[in-house]
Amino acid sequence: MLSNFDFSVITSALPYLFLDGMRFTLTLTALAAVGGIILGTLIAMMRLSSLPVIPLVAKGYVNLMRSLPLVLVIFWFYFLVPYLGQWVTGADRPMTVGAFTSSLVTFTLFEAAYFSEIMRAGIQSIPKGQAAAASALGLTYFASMRSVILPQVFRNMTPILLTQTIVLFQDTSLVYVLSITDFLGAASKIAQRDGRLVEMYLFAAVVYFAVCFVASMAVRRLQKKIAIIR
Amino acid sequence: MNYNWNWGIFFEPSPEGTGTYADMLLSGLTWTVVTALCAWVIAFFLGSMIGVMRTLPSKTANAVGTAYVELFRNIPLLVQMFLWYFVLPEVLPESWGGWIKQLPNAPFYTAVVCLGFFTASRVAEQVRAGIQALPRGQKMAGTAMGLTVSQTYRHVLLPNAYRMILPPLTSEFLNNLKNTSVALTIGLLELTARARAMQEFSFQVFEAFTAATILYVLINIVVIFTSGWIERRVAVPGHR
Repeated sequence: MLSNFDFSVITSALPYLFLDGMRFTLTLTALAAVGGIILGTLIAMMRLSSLPVIPLVAKGYVNLMRSLPLVLVIFWFYFLVPYLGQWVTGADRPMTVGAFTSSLVTFTLFEAAYFSEIMRAGIQSIPKGQAAAASALGLTYFASMRSVILPQVFRNMTPILLTQTIVLFQDTSLVYVLSITDFLGAASKIAQRDGRLVEMYLFAAVVYFAVCFVASMAVRRLQKKIAIIR
Repeated sequence: MNYNWNWGIFFEPSPEGTGTYADMLLSGLTWTVVTALCAWVIAFFLGSMIGVMRTLPSKTANAVGTAYVELFRNIPLLVQMFLWYFVLPEVLPESWGGWIKQLPNAPFYTAVVCLGFFTASRVAEQVRAGIQALPRGQKMAGTAMGLTVSQTYRHVLLPNAYRMILPPLTSEFLNNLKNTSVALTIGLLELTARARAMQEFSFQVFEAFTAATILYVLINIVVIFTSGWIERRVAVPGHR
């Protein structure tokens, strides 16, 4: 029962929870979101290009990532990243990769698939005439993407990209499976050390709820503010 | 790459003594599918109810529906899993909590309930969007024909809304299927957990994960084909 709910367990753990745990979670979310959006934009451009093979590669990558559970992808990269590092640097043994780098690579590559679908929809929603006009003005493909198409796409898609970032923030809790000290990992370590599962998990739920709820309200307000009347 | 590939590993007996590694992965696959299907039953009915509530004229029903969706969408699934598994039995009266803890297959029941409630919030959003996308005239026509509110929903609105939201419901089902892997944290022996166990026993990391990957892709394909078949089966002849 809740009668022996002990708030002091939470208050004494606050510095660890936020300075260690939440900082890891937020850093991972921010970096993976930026990396995922950049890579996702490239994948979206590949998917929409008229070159041979490249759209198929991009489509295959996106569909593969989207059909796998994130937990499995986390395990995959946890074991794969050392070999990838060895292959890239040409070392003679698998690289030792820290927990943070490994999860950053995982989340960037995984979320890029989801961000690329958003960016693809965004690029397709720009009238074709604009790309035609840009090339009539003598802009190259990359120049027209950079100064005509993508600025509008980012403007239109900001609310959806931010919503996906909130999902990413929630998903980072899954690094728990690698025993990493993110916010939930920190809560769970205290919970097990002190035998206080009820307090710690309820507190973690309240914090996640507060952050995500406030963030999604803010996104909704932003959406109303920047909506273009067509 | 200095990694020793050994694709024959699947036919070697697993240290659990109940068959080969391939059997182990297939039993994981079965748990994944069974959990996903059971959770979907809860998600579909509860989600439809919540979604309908959010389209009713009643303010209370609206508020309850909105609160449900916000609550379940803004807490990570893993945290929800822990709340159901570790916290709920402690918070309930002692005799109930004890009964839950003693259940055989407790991780399975917990995963089903947790995923069901979690996915219900997503299904609810789709159902609401589907009903709101219908022309307003349909509800009015229902009322004009003398149908009660529940009859209007049962015979006019929902049959149309479900047909319209079949594609997004399919992707929610696929999400639900993939989310079963989160239940490995509470000890459900589903596919990802089995692949992980195989990797720990045999050290053949990449073979184990490749097999799991292929199995997940296969179930995805099966689900997408089934959904396309359902879509064609239930399509209203002559409609679009």
